[in-house]
Amino acid sequence: MSVPQDLIASQLDTRPFLKRLGLFDWLWGLVVVVGALYTWNRFGDLMDTFEQVILPLSALGLLALGWLWKPARPLTLAVAALSLFSVWLYGDDLTRGEQNFFLKFILASQSAIMWMSALYVMATGAYLLALLLRSEFTGKVATALTWSATTMGLVGLMVRWRESYLISPDIGHIPVSNLYEVFILFATLTALLYLHYEKRYQSRALGAFVLTVISAAVGFILWYTFERGAHEIQPLVPALQSYWMKIHVPANFVGYGAFAIAAMVAVPALIKTYVGTPSARLAFWLVSAAMGVIVFVVQLLLHGVELAQLVRALLAGLITVAATAAIIWGLSRERIVTTLPPVKLMDDVMYKAIALGFAFFTVATVLGALWAAEAWGGYWSWDPKETWALIVWLNYAGWLHLRLTKGLRGAPLAWWAVIGLFVTLIAFLGVNMFLSGLHSYGKL
Amino acid sequence: MNEQPQTSRQQRSRSALLLEFLGSMYLAIILLVVIAIASAIGTVLQQNEPYSNYVMKFGPFWFEVFRTLGFYDIYGTAWFLLLVGFLLLSTAVCVWRNTPAILREFRHFRLDVQEKSLRAFHHVSEWSLHSSRDDIAGHIGQLLQQRGYKVRSKASDDRLVIAATRGGAGRLGYIVFHLAIIVICIAGLINGNLPLRFAELTGKVVVETRDLPVSQVPEKSWLGTDNQAFRGSVNIPEGSFANFAFVQMRDGYLVQKLPFTVTLQDFRIEHYPSGMPKSFESDIIITDDTLKEPLHKTISVNHPLSYRGYNIYQASFADGGSQVTLKAWSFDHPASEPLTLNSAVQEKVSVETSRGPLTIEVIDFKLYNIFPAQEGDPSGKQFHNYGPSVTLKVRNAAGEALEYVNYMVPITMEGRLFYLSGMRASPAEDYRFLHLPLDDKGGLGRFMALRARALDHSAVRRIAQQQTLQEMGASGDQAMLEQLTDSIANLVQMFVVEGIDAVVAHTEQNIEPAKRQDALQSYVKVIQSVLGGLYLEQLATEGIDTSNGISDADARYFDDAVNAMSLIGPYGTPFFLQLTDFKQVEASGLQISRAPAGPIIIFGFLLLCAGVFMMLYLHNRHLWVRISGDGEELNVLFAGTSHRNRGDFGEEFDALTQLLRQATTGQNT
Repeated sequence: MSVPQDLIASQLDTRPFLKRLGLFDWLWGLVVVVGALYTWNRFGDLMDTFEQVILPLSALGLLALGWLWKPARPLTLAVAALSLFSVWLYGDDLTRGEQNFFLKFILASQSAIMWMSALYVMATGAYLLALLLRSEFTGKVATALTWSATTMGLVGLMVRWRESYLISPDIGHIPVSNLYEVFILFATLTALLYLHYEKRYQSRALGAFVLTVISAAVGFILWYTFERGAHEIQPLVPALQSYWMKIHVPANFVGYGAFAIAAMVAVPALIKTYVGTPSARLAFWLVSAAMGVIVFVVQLLLHGVELAQLVRALLAGLITVAATAAIIWGLSRERIVTTLPPVKLMDDVMYKAIALGFAFFTVATVLGALWAAEAWGGYWSWDPKETWALIVWLNYAGWLHLRLTKGLRGAPLAWWAVIGLFVTLIAFLGVNMFLSGLHSYGKL
Repeated sequence: MNEQPQTSRQQRSRSALLLEFLGSMYLAIILLVVIAIASAIGTVLQQNEPYSNYVMKFGPFWFEVFRTLGFYDIYGTAWFLLLVGFLLLSTAVCVWRNTPAILREFRHFRLDVQEKSLRAFHHVSEWSLHSSRDDIAGHIGQLLQQRGYKVRSKASDDRLVIAATRGGAGRLGYIVFHLAIIVICIAGLINGNLPLRFAELTGKVVVETRDLPVSQVPEKSWLGTDNQAFRGSVNIPEGSFANFAFVQMRDGYLVQKLPFTVTLQDFRIEHYPSGMPKSFESDIIITDDTLKEPLHKTISVNHPLSYRGYNIYQASFADGGSQVTLKAWSFDHPASEPLTLNSAVQEKVSVETSRGPLTIEVIDFKLYNIFPAQEGDPSGKQFHNYGPSVTLKVRNAAGEALEYVNYMVPITMEGRLFYLSGMRASPAEDYRFLHLPLDDKGGLGRFMALRARALDHSAVRRIAQQQTLQEMGASGDQAMLEQLTDSIANLVQMFVVEGIDAVVAHTEQNIEPAKRQDALQSYVKVIQSVLGGLYLEQLATEGIDTSNGISDADARYFDDAVNAMSLIGPYGTPFFLQLTDFKQVEASGLQISRAPAGPIIIFGFLLLCAGVFMMLYLHNRHLWVRISGDGEELNVLFAGTSHRNRGDFGEEFDALTQLLRQATTGQNT
């Protein structure tokens, strides 16, 4: 594995962290501090205690994020500029969303989210093409598309936040309160985490896999919008009117996003591991079949189980199997070996993603327990969502034990990470669909 | 003499083996997975429902099997707690075994490491140079220190070993994280109901399963104020108070005494424009001997009150005994004036009817019934408020009950008004609705009058005879006329008393399959025409001129009336209870809990969050530089190892190798 030169340079740099910061870093600091101070000055009187605490903390967090991960800066600035522009266009009149050209076609939350959806799907295609053609340029386009999609997704959430207050001040709330909103959060957070790893490991080959999961989420968002009208902003039920929601839900979704990445990195790791072994053919078909089954099940869930739908779902599933098989075949053995990053690297990404996810999931569960103590009168009630969160947590705890303590590597852990995604999916989506309990805000 | 040490050695090895087993990683992983699966069962099977629901769902055999396995309260069963206990024990043993080594590593630098073992490390690099050993050692030590390493060195004649380490807090994170889990679980046990279950096992408390007024609950089912941990709930009607809470235990409950009294002054629900609830709030007053004056507080969802270690939450709401006035319209004696009944939610009224004594139990009252609006609702609203409703159970002498929900305000369907009454035999069913049409005076008068005529055998016979005569012509046979008239009258009576189902059943019994359809059609036609005749007479009585045919409205009314009449048989109760007046009394459902280990849990949470980041993000690294040789040529052996994150460490190690080489030899790799 070649180590990038700037990474070595940074490893050898012995100056203290603050001394290593350049002009742009300090400029960034200035922007964040001035922004926070302005907000404090302008809106300080209206803030409650939680907001007075969270504002400086968010500023610090943003500052640190921009220093530790430089691309966060242009992203933050772009999202802020577009969101503020949109808010300015709206003024205090929600109907301008229909009249103003920029709002109607680009910046109203619904339009921004549609842009996000389109861009993510295009990015997925571009990554796949880049993988198949081994084209550096296409890869760069894919990265740019992913950044744009993420920007639009975050703008969509910000503007939606404002729109909810424009409907009526007592309806206004942060857009993390139902399945529709958290799916957007999931897509953007997963993409951001992926972009971080892409830069860190200088490899775009994993994009096609990770973006597949994001595209699936986009598919859900679109279905949810057009079939169920889920994009309509709904007021908060009393149980959700709490500041805990604002930190509990995002923390959870860093976890979900990271687990999704781990699973989607495990897939190419498995492909590469099995290429040239007797299990290769089996793996090849298993992956194809798995994709087919996913599409089949999703189709059934969407359209019901009548005969015509069954046939349609079966057809869609088969087409997916064929398409997946063709794509993997198209990669061919040498291509897989040369194009996909080394298994060790993917193993490392997988571990990093699961570690990050596990840490955030732990924090999210703790925050959830604290909230539960305040809302339901107990830290833990064995509510289905809680219980499945525990199952997810136990599952990855098992994974980490095997990897860190037993030193296990390779295929078994990759398989486990893939299965982990399904466990996570039950916690994230399945509970809302099939089980009832205290957490039934995100009902399908 | 010889045996003694042997057994003790054997014992020691046995206990060591047990310790080994308990602390083994595989046991931990297996326990993690098993607990995960057991937890999943509890989410698929709804927990802590009334046992009768389970019997209905699984049948008596599987009900028993699942009950024995504790599936209805899986997280409280002994075997589940045992599993969790094992996991805790395993965690504790693991922490116990590893902590000394980790702490030792903190201080101890392994300066006596063998050359062979250094070469066996994953990351090794070696080079030679010409220089002075001590100069180089000092230089290397300085460089590593600059990079955040703690450095020790040890020199002997033939070699000098520098050992450096960094990120020891990562290993500490491991201890902190696992300790946090133990702390949280123990605090959870303190907050849990273990002492209670123990008291139950020893017979000190007995779970009450009967539905009794609190004053009649036996002493053995009460819990004193010395009980440190519980989660109970109590419904308090407005203007009423309570100094106890019910603690649910499987299929029964216990009553927890409180050292203070909670009075509910007012309960409020606010709604959003869509009808969705916006807030639930209770104004409560706490009276306590230790308080100089009562404490007035408002609690709401997410904003509980903490008082003397007791937490009071807004958990739910219910009816608190709303008073209702019901008008009973008899279906059996429709001509008589409706009876007015006064009752209240959770009360009963007994009435004597033509079908024996019946008890009317008022179950619930609702001020609003907000449902999604029907498609094409003219108001264009998404939700429609159907207004106040009362839920009733009508129980016969045998104890069988039918459940009814009656709406106070008539509903509009296709421009006509109806009183709506839903009926079902069990809570598992959906309501079937009876639509009673309102006449042009806005009441049930005409319907009841028509029904009175339909129940009047002689009136029915008269119309039937007239119509038969018309059909047959004057020349008809008298005996046949009588016979036909009789059977028509019987048919109408069957329809009016027992409903359309009885007519269908009658057809199925008496007519061969091929002709049934036709027969049924002609039956319905005959019934309709007789009822039509009665209806015309009724209209005439009301002074409506029908000589030029009847109006569309009156015609539609007749269809609606016949439809309603056809369902009165299956309706099951000989009267319709119209809700005419009410005085709502709400009750607030409060959850009251005592969780003495709260601060410990929060402490555990802090440890857990700190530990997880320390453990996963501060990785412990060890480096060794072994300089050997003497005089002119020195040999440098550089090796390193990391507990996790090998990829990153590899990069760091390569960079360090480059750095050290450059620094010692003055040239690039």
